[in-house]
Amino acid sequence: MMLPKPRGPLSAAVFESMRVIPAEPVARAHPGADGPEDAAVTLWALYELAYRGFDDVDETAEWDPELLAVRRGLEVELEGRLRSRWDAYRSDHERNDDFGEDLFAFVAAHDGRSLARFVQTEADEQQVLDLLRLRSVYHLKESDPTAWVVPRLPTASKAALMELQYDEYGSGDPNRVHSHLFARGLEAIGLRAEYGAYLDDVPLEILEQNNAMSLMGLHRRLRGAALGHLAAFEATSSLPSRQLSQGLQRLGMAPEMSAYYDEHVEADAVHEQLAVRAICGELVAVEPEVTDDVYFGAFTCLDLEDRLARLLLERWQVAS
Amino acid sequence: MSDVPTYEHPDVVLCPGGPMLLRGKHVIEDSSGELHETTRRVTALCRCDKSARKPWCDGTHKLLPEKLAPS
Ligand code: FES
Ligand SMILES: [Fe+2]
Ligand SMILES: [Fe+2]
Repeated sequence: MMLPKPRGPLSAAVFESMRVIPAEPVARAHPGADGPEDAAVTLWALYELAYRGFDDVDETAEWDPELLAVRRGLEVELEGRLRSRWDAYRSDHERNDDFGEDLFAFVAAHDGRSLARFVQTEADEQQVLDLLRLRSVYHLKESDPTAWVVPRLPTASKAALMELQYDEYGSGDPNRVHSHLFARGLEAIGLRAEYGAYLDDVPLEILEQNNAMSLMGLHRRLRGAALGHLAAFEATSSLPSRQLSQGLQRLGMAPEMSAYYDEHVEADAVHEQLAVRAICGELVAVEPEVTDDVYFGAFTCLDLEDRLARLLLERWQVAS
Repeated sequence: MSDVPTYEHPDVVLCPGGPMLLRGKHVIEDSSGELHETTRRVTALCRCDKSARKPWCDGTHKLLPEKLAPS
Protein backbone atom coordinates (compact mmCIF):
# COMPACT_ATOMS: atom_id res chain seq x y z
CA MET A 1 0.00 0.00 0.00
CA MET A 2 0.95 3.66 -0.26
CA LEU A 3 1.27 5.93 2.74
CA PRO A 4 -2.14 7.11 3.97
CA LYS A 5 -3.28 10.73 3.75
CA PRO A 6 -1.87 12.92 6.50
CA ARG A 7 -4.42 14.20 9.02
CA GLY A 8 -2.46 17.16 10.41
CA PRO A 9 1.00 18.70 10.69
CA LEU A 10 2.67 15.83 12.53
CA SER A 11 1.55 13.12 10.09
CA ALA A 12 2.39 15.40 7.15
CA ALA A 13 5.93 15.94 8.43
CA VAL A 14 6.54 12.34 9.49
CA PHE A 15 5.24 10.92 6.19
CA GLU A 16 7.53 13.35 4.36
CA SER A 17 10.46 12.11 6.48
CA MET A 18 9.56 8.52 5.61
CA ARG A 19 9.52 9.31 1.91
CA VAL A 20 13.00 10.86 1.82
CA ILE A 21 14.72 7.93 3.53
CA PRO A 22 17.42 6.94 2.66
CA ALA A 23 18.37 9.79 0.29
CA GLU A 24 18.20 12.49 2.95
CA PRO A 25 18.62 12.44 6.73
CA VAL A 26 15.36 12.44 8.66
CA ALA A 27 14.46 15.73 10.33
CA ARG A 28 15.52 15.93 13.96
CA ALA A 29 12.34 17.64 15.00
CA HIS A 30 8.76 17.10 13.95
CA PRO A 31 5.86 19.40 14.79
CA GLY A 32 3.37 18.38 17.47
CA ALA A 33 0.12 16.68 16.55
CA ASP A 34 -2.81 19.04 16.15
CA GLY A 35 -5.31 16.50 17.43
CA PRO A 36 -5.86 12.85 18.23
CA GLU A 37 -6.41 11.77 14.61
CA ASP A 38 -3.14 13.35 13.51
CA ALA A 39 -1.34 11.48 16.29
CA ALA A 40 -3.15 8.21 15.65
CA VAL A 41 -2.60 8.04 11.90
CA THR A 42 1.08 8.87 12.43
CA LEU A 43 1.46 6.07 14.95
CA TRP A 44 -0.49 3.68 12.73
CA ALA A 45 1.88 4.37 9.83
CA LEU A 46 4.97 4.05 12.02
CA TYR A 47 3.72 0.66 13.20
CA GLU A 48 2.89 -0.40 9.67
CA LEU A 49 6.61 -0.22 8.88
CA ALA A 50 6.94 -3.37 11.02
CA TYR A 51 4.16 -5.24 9.18
CA ARG A 52 3.99 -4.90 5.41
CA GLY A 53 5.43 -1.42 4.93
CA PHE A 54 4.53 1.05 2.18
CA ASP A 55 5.34 1.05 -1.52
CA ASP A 56 6.54 4.65 -1.24
CA VAL A 57 8.77 4.18 1.83
CA ASP A 58 12.21 2.59 1.89
CA GLU A 59 12.38 -0.47 4.15
CA THR A 60 15.18 0.95 6.28
CA ALA A 61 12.67 3.47 7.70
CA GLU A 62 11.47 0.79 10.14
CA TRP A 63 14.54 1.22 12.37
CA ASP A 64 15.32 4.88 11.78
CA PRO A 65 16.16 6.34 15.20
CA GLU A 66 14.38 9.66 14.62
CA LEU A 67 11.19 7.90 13.52
CA LEU A 68 11.46 5.52 16.47
CA ALA A 69 11.68 8.53 18.76
CA VAL A 70 8.46 9.93 17.31
CA ARG A 71 6.81 6.53 17.69
CA ARG A 72 7.91 6.24 21.30
CA GLY A 73 6.46 9.64 22.18
CA LEU A 74 3.12 8.72 20.63
CA GLU A 75 3.11 5.31 22.33
CA VAL A 76 3.70 6.78 25.78
CA GLU A 77 0.78 9.09 25.25
CA LEU A 78 -1.49 6.29 23.95
CA GLU A 79 -0.61 3.87 26.74
CA GLY A 80 -1.14 6.58 29.34
CA ARG A 81 -4.59 7.29 27.96
CA LEU A 82 -5.56 3.61 27.81
CA ARG A 83 -4.30 3.03 31.35
CA SER A 84 -6.21 5.97 32.74
CA ARG A 85 -9.43 4.55 31.28
CA TRP A 86 -8.59 1.22 32.90
CA ASP A 87 -7.84 2.90 36.23
CA ALA A 88 -11.24 4.56 36.15
CA TYR A 89 -13.00 1.23 35.52
CA ARG A 90 -11.01 -1.36 37.42
CA SER A 91 -12.27 -0.81 40.94
CA ASP A 92 -15.56 -2.60 40.46
CA HIS A 93 -14.45 -6.06 39.53
CA GLU A 94 -13.72 -8.79 42.00
CA ARG A 95 -11.59 -11.86 41.60
CA ASN A 96 -11.93 -15.29 43.13
CA ASP A 97 -9.39 -18.05 42.83
CA ASP A 98 -10.14 -19.58 39.46
CA PHE A 99 -8.34 -17.41 36.94
CA GLY A 100 -10.26 -18.70 33.91
CA GLU A 101 -13.68 -18.26 35.47
CA ASP A 102 -12.72 -14.80 36.69
CA LEU A 103 -11.54 -13.62 33.32
CA PHE A 104 -14.63 -14.98 31.55
CA ALA A 105 -16.81 -13.29 34.18
CA PHE A 106 -14.91 -10.02 33.82
CA VAL A 107 -15.49 -10.02 30.06
CA ALA A 108 -19.17 -10.92 30.46
CA ALA A 109 -19.68 -8.14 33.01
CA HIS A 110 -18.47 -5.41 30.65
CA ASP A 111 -21.62 -3.98 29.28
CA GLY A 112 -20.77 -2.47 25.89
CA ARG A 113 -23.00 -1.55 22.95
CA SER A 114 -23.27 -4.23 20.28
CA LEU A 115 -22.83 -3.59 16.58
CA ALA A 116 -23.50 -7.27 15.81
CA ARG A 117 -26.99 -7.18 17.27
CA PHE A 118 -27.82 -4.13 15.18
CA VAL A 119 -26.48 -5.78 12.03
CA GLN A 120 -28.43 -8.93 12.80
CA THR A 121 -31.81 -7.26 13.00
CA GLU A 122 -31.82 -3.71 11.63
CA ALA A 123 -28.84 -2.49 9.63
CA ASP A 124 -29.26 -1.71 5.96
CA GLU A 125 -26.78 -2.76 3.30
CA GLN A 126 -24.90 0.57 3.31
CA GLN A 127 -24.39 0.40 7.04
CA VAL A 128 -23.04 -3.13 6.81
CA LEU A 129 -20.66 -2.07 4.02
CA ASP A 130 -19.54 0.87 6.19
CA LEU A 131 -18.77 -1.47 9.02
CA LEU A 132 -16.89 -3.97 6.85
CA ARG A 133 -14.69 -1.20 5.43
CA LEU A 134 -13.71 -0.21 8.95
CA ARG A 135 -13.19 -3.79 10.07
CA SER A 136 -10.96 -4.47 7.07
CA VAL A 137 -8.08 -2.52 8.62
CA TYR A 138 -7.73 -5.20 11.25
CA HIS A 139 -9.15 -8.30 9.61
CA LEU A 140 -6.73 -8.07 6.68
CA LYS A 141 -3.91 -8.46 9.20
CA GLU A 142 -5.89 -10.65 11.54
CA SER A 143 -3.76 -12.22 14.28
CA ASP A 144 -0.57 -10.54 13.12
CA PRO A 145 -0.22 -8.23 16.15
CA THR A 146 -0.43 -11.27 18.44
CA ALA A 147 2.22 -13.15 16.49
CA TRP A 148 4.86 -10.76 17.88
CA VAL A 149 4.20 -12.12 21.37
CA VAL A 150 5.15 -15.77 20.76
CA PRO A 151 8.89 -15.71 21.62
CA ARG A 152 8.22 -13.82 24.85
CA LEU A 153 6.17 -16.51 26.54
CA PRO A 154 6.88 -19.37 28.90
CA THR A 155 6.54 -22.83 27.33
CA ALA A 156 2.95 -23.86 28.08
CA SER A 157 1.50 -20.47 27.21
CA LYS A 158 3.55 -20.34 24.02
CA ALA A 159 2.38 -23.79 22.89
CA ALA A 160 -1.24 -22.83 23.55
CA LEU A 161 -0.90 -19.57 21.63
CA MET A 162 0.52 -21.47 18.67
CA GLU A 163 -2.37 -23.92 18.83
CA LEU A 164 -4.71 -20.94 18.41
CA GLN A 165 -2.61 -19.06 15.86
CA TYR A 166 -2.21 -22.20 13.74
CA ASP A 167 -5.97 -22.13 13.27
CA GLU A 168 -6.02 -18.35 12.57
CA TYR A 169 -3.37 -18.91 9.92
CA GLY A 170 -5.37 -21.63 8.21
CA SER A 171 -3.60 -24.68 9.67
CA GLY A 172 -1.05 -24.36 6.91
CA ASP A 173 -3.61 -23.94 4.12
CA PRO A 174 -3.37 -20.39 2.65
CA ASN A 175 -6.99 -20.57 1.53
CA ARG A 176 -8.13 -20.90 5.12
CA VAL A 177 -6.02 -18.10 6.61
CA HIS A 178 -8.58 -15.89 8.34
CA SER A 179 -7.32 -12.65 6.80
CA HIS A 180 -7.64 -14.34 3.42
CA LEU A 181 -11.20 -15.49 4.13
CA PHE A 182 -12.02 -11.88 4.94
CA ALA A 183 -10.36 -10.64 1.74
CA ARG A 184 -12.50 -13.12 -0.20
CA GLY A 185 -15.57 -11.83 1.57
CA LEU A 186 -14.68 -8.21 0.76
CA GLU A 187 -14.20 -8.99 -2.89
CA ALA A 188 -17.43 -10.96 -3.14
CA ILE A 189 -19.38 -8.16 -1.52
CA GLY A 190 -17.97 -5.57 -3.91
CA LEU A 191 -15.45 -3.88 -1.61
CA ARG A 192 -11.71 -3.45 -2.12
CA ALA A 193 -9.71 -6.32 -0.70
CA GLU A 194 -6.20 -4.83 -0.80
CA TYR A 195 -4.46 -4.41 2.47
CA GLY A 196 -5.11 -0.97 3.97
CA ALA A 197 -7.46 0.10 1.16
CA TYR A 198 -9.83 2.02 3.44
CA LEU A 199 -7.32 3.51 5.84
CA ASP A 200 -8.04 7.07 4.72
CA ASP A 201 -11.74 6.63 5.52
CA VAL A 202 -11.53 5.21 9.01
CA PRO A 203 -12.24 7.20 12.17
CA LEU A 204 -9.98 7.68 15.16
CA GLU A 205 -11.63 4.79 16.99
CA ILE A 206 -10.45 2.28 14.36
CA LEU A 207 -6.92 3.68 14.32
CA GLU A 208 -6.79 3.40 18.10
CA GLN A 209 -8.05 -0.20 18.12
CA ASN A 210 -5.29 -1.13 15.72
CA ASN A 211 -2.62 0.95 17.45
CA ALA A 212 -3.47 -0.57 20.83
CA MET A 213 -2.96 -4.08 19.43
CA SER A 214 0.37 -3.14 17.86
CA LEU A 215 1.52 -1.37 21.03
CA MET A 216 0.77 -4.43 23.15
CA GLY A 217 2.16 -6.86 20.59
CA LEU A 218 5.42 -5.04 19.98
CA HIS A 219 6.47 -4.44 23.59
CA ARG A 220 7.65 -7.48 25.53
CA ARG A 221 6.76 -5.57 28.70
CA LEU A 222 3.10 -5.63 27.59
CA ARG A 223 2.85 -9.38 26.83
CA GLY A 224 0.21 -9.80 29.54
CA ALA A 225 -1.89 -7.02 28.06
CA ALA A 226 -1.51 -8.43 24.54
CA LEU A 227 -2.81 -11.81 25.64
CA GLY A 228 -5.57 -10.31 27.78
CA HIS A 229 -6.66 -8.37 24.71
CA LEU A 230 -6.65 -11.57 22.68
CA ALA A 231 -8.71 -13.38 25.33
CA ALA A 232 -11.37 -10.65 25.43
CA PHE A 233 -11.47 -10.48 21.65
CA GLU A 234 -11.98 -14.25 21.30
CA ALA A 235 -14.47 -14.38 24.17
CA THR A 236 -16.69 -11.79 22.48
CA SER A 237 -16.62 -13.28 19.02
CA SER A 238 -18.65 -16.50 18.63
CA LEU A 239 -22.09 -15.13 19.42
CA PRO A 240 -21.57 -11.77 17.63
CA SER A 241 -20.17 -13.60 14.60
CA ARG A 242 -23.38 -15.57 14.41
CA GLN A 243 -25.41 -12.35 14.58
CA LEU A 244 -23.28 -10.76 11.85
CA SER A 245 -23.67 -13.80 9.65
CA GLN A 246 -27.44 -13.73 10.14
CA GLY A 247 -27.52 -10.02 9.31
CA LEU A 248 -25.60 -10.57 6.08
CA GLN A 249 -27.98 -13.38 5.14
CA ARG A 250 -31.01 -11.28 6.01
CA LEU A 251 -29.78 -8.67 3.53
CA GLY A 252 -28.93 -11.28 0.90
CA MET A 253 -25.28 -10.22 0.87
CA ALA A 254 -22.46 -12.37 -0.53
CA PRO A 255 -22.19 -15.79 1.13
CA GLU A 256 -18.37 -15.55 1.17
CA MET A 257 -18.65 -12.87 3.83
CA SER A 258 -21.12 -14.88 5.90
CA ALA A 259 -18.70 -17.78 5.56
CA TYR A 260 -16.00 -15.70 7.24
CA TYR A 261 -18.28 -15.08 10.20
CA ASP A 262 -19.57 -18.66 10.27
CA GLU A 263 -16.00 -19.86 10.51
CA HIS A 264 -15.57 -17.57 13.52
CA VAL A 265 -18.61 -18.92 15.32
CA GLU A 266 -16.96 -22.32 15.55
CA ALA A 267 -13.31 -21.32 15.62
CA ASP A 268 -13.72 -18.75 18.36
CA ALA A 269 -15.75 -21.13 20.52
CA VAL A 270 -12.45 -23.04 20.65
CA HIS A 271 -10.21 -20.00 20.73
CA GLU A 272 -11.90 -18.38 23.71
CA GLN A 273 -11.29 -21.49 25.80
CA LEU A 274 -7.67 -21.70 24.70
CA ALA A 275 -7.05 -17.97 25.11
CA VAL A 276 -8.56 -17.61 28.56
CA ARG A 277 -7.65 -20.89 30.22
CA ALA A 278 -4.48 -22.01 28.49
CA ILE A 279 -2.77 -18.97 26.93
CA CYS A 280 -3.47 -16.42 29.67
CA GLY A 281 -3.87 -19.02 32.42
CA GLU A 282 -0.47 -20.59 31.80
CA LEU A 283 1.15 -17.18 31.49
CA VAL A 284 -0.06 -15.89 34.84
CA ALA A 285 0.72 -19.25 36.49
CA VAL A 286 4.39 -18.66 35.68
CA GLU A 287 4.44 -14.85 35.75
CA PRO A 288 1.76 -13.75 38.22
CA GLU A 289 3.12 -10.20 38.10
CA VAL A 290 1.51 -9.66 34.68
CA THR A 291 -2.00 -10.63 35.87
CA ASP A 292 -3.13 -7.04 36.19
CA ASP A 293 -1.90 -6.31 32.68
CA VAL A 294 -3.96 -9.24 31.37
CA TYR A 295 -7.02 -7.45 32.72
CA PHE A 296 -5.80 -4.12 31.39
CA GLY A 297 -5.53 -5.65 27.91
CA ALA A 298 -8.92 -7.34 28.16
CA PHE A 299 -10.55 -4.11 29.30
CA THR A 300 -8.90 -2.11 26.53
CA CYS A 301 -10.26 -4.49 23.90
CA LEU A 302 -13.81 -4.22 25.26
CA ASP A 303 -13.59 -0.49 25.86
CA LEU A 304 -12.30 0.40 22.40
CA GLU A 305 -14.97 -1.78 20.79
CA ASP A 306 -17.64 -0.08 22.88
CA ARG A 307 -16.38 3.34 21.78
CA LEU A 308 -16.52 2.27 18.15
CA ALA A 309 -20.02 0.86 18.58
CA ARG A 310 -21.24 4.11 20.17
CA LEU A 311 -19.76 6.16 17.36
CA LEU A 312 -21.34 4.07 14.60
CA LEU A 313 -24.72 3.67 16.26
CA GLU A 314 -24.83 7.41 16.78
CA ARG A 315 -23.78 8.03 13.20
CA TRP A 316 -26.57 5.71 12.10
CA GLN A 317 -28.92 7.49 14.52
CA VAL A 318 -29.83 4.40 16.46
CA ALA A 319 -31.49 5.18 19.77
CA SER A 320 -29.65 3.71 22.73
CA MET B 1 14.56 -34.83 39.84
CA SER B 2 14.59 -32.84 36.64
CA ASP B 3 13.87 -29.12 36.73
CA VAL B 4 12.55 -29.28 33.22
CA PRO B 5 8.86 -30.06 33.63
CA THR B 6 6.67 -32.43 31.68
CA TYR B 7 3.38 -30.70 30.88
CA GLU B 8 -0.05 -32.21 30.88
CA HIS B 9 -1.58 -32.01 27.43
CA PRO B 10 -4.81 -34.02 27.40
CA ASP B 11 -6.67 -34.88 24.19
CA VAL B 12 -10.03 -34.26 25.80
CA VAL B 13 -10.68 -31.24 28.03
CA LEU B 14 -13.99 -30.56 29.76
CA CYS B 15 -14.26 -26.78 30.09
CA PRO B 16 -16.17 -25.74 33.22
CA GLY B 17 -19.56 -24.37 32.14
CA GLY B 18 -18.67 -24.85 28.49
CA PRO B 19 -17.72 -27.25 25.72
CA MET B 20 -15.50 -30.29 25.49
CA LEU B 21 -12.28 -29.57 23.67
CA LEU B 22 -11.06 -32.38 21.45
CA ARG B 23 -7.54 -32.44 20.10
CA GLY B 24 -6.81 -34.28 16.88
CA LYS B 25 -8.89 -35.70 14.07
CA HIS B 26 -12.16 -37.32 15.03
CA VAL B 27 -15.42 -38.46 13.52
CA ILE B 28 -18.39 -37.79 15.79
CA GLU B 29 -21.68 -39.58 15.55
CA ASP B 30 -24.48 -37.37 16.87
CA SER B 31 -27.61 -38.60 18.62
CA SER B 32 -29.48 -38.97 15.33
CA GLY B 33 -26.71 -41.16 13.91
CA GLU B 34 -25.26 -38.52 11.62
CA LEU B 35 -21.46 -38.38 11.27
CA HIS B 36 -19.42 -35.17 11.61
CA GLU B 37 -15.71 -34.93 10.93
CA THR B 38 -13.53 -32.44 12.79
CA THR B 39 -11.77 -29.92 10.56
CA ARG B 40 -9.41 -28.16 12.95
CA ARG B 41 -6.68 -29.34 15.29
CA VAL B 42 -8.71 -28.40 18.34
CA THR B 43 -12.49 -28.62 18.23
CA ALA B 44 -15.12 -27.52 20.75
CA LEU B 45 -18.01 -29.97 21.14
CA CYS B 46 -21.23 -28.67 22.64
CA ARG B 47 -22.04 -30.06 26.08
CA CYS B 48 -24.99 -27.82 26.92
CA ASP B 49 -27.13 -29.18 24.09
CA LYS B 50 -28.27 -25.69 23.09
CA SER B 51 -25.84 -24.92 20.28
CA ALA B 52 -27.34 -24.00 16.90
CA ARG B 53 -24.44 -25.76 15.18
CA LYS B 54 -24.41 -29.07 16.99
CA PRO B 55 -22.32 -31.08 17.54
CA TRP B 56 -20.02 -28.02 17.66
CA CYS B 57 -20.12 -25.39 20.40
CA ASP B 58 -21.22 -21.96 19.18
CA GLY B 59 -20.91 -20.08 22.47
CA THR B 60 -24.59 -20.37 23.38
CA HIS B 61 -23.69 -21.97 26.73
CA LYS B 62 -22.74 -18.47 27.90
CA LEU B 63 -26.35 -17.33 27.65
CA LEU B 64 -27.69 -20.10 29.87
CA PRO B 65 -28.60 -19.69 33.52
CA GLU B 66 -26.02 -21.32 35.76
CA LYS B 67 -28.11 -24.38 36.51
CA LEU B 68 -28.40 -25.27 32.82
CA ALA B 69 -24.70 -24.80 32.10
CA PRO B 70 -22.59 -27.96 31.86
CA SER B 71 -20.47 -28.61 34.93
S1 FES C 1 -21.33 -25.92 25.16
FE1 FES C 1 -21.04 -24.15 24.00
S2 FES C 1 -22.91 -23.98 22.96
FE2 FES C 1 -23.21 -25.80 24.12
FE1 LIG D 1 -9.88 -15.34 13.20
FE1 LIG E 1 -10.06 -16.49 16.77
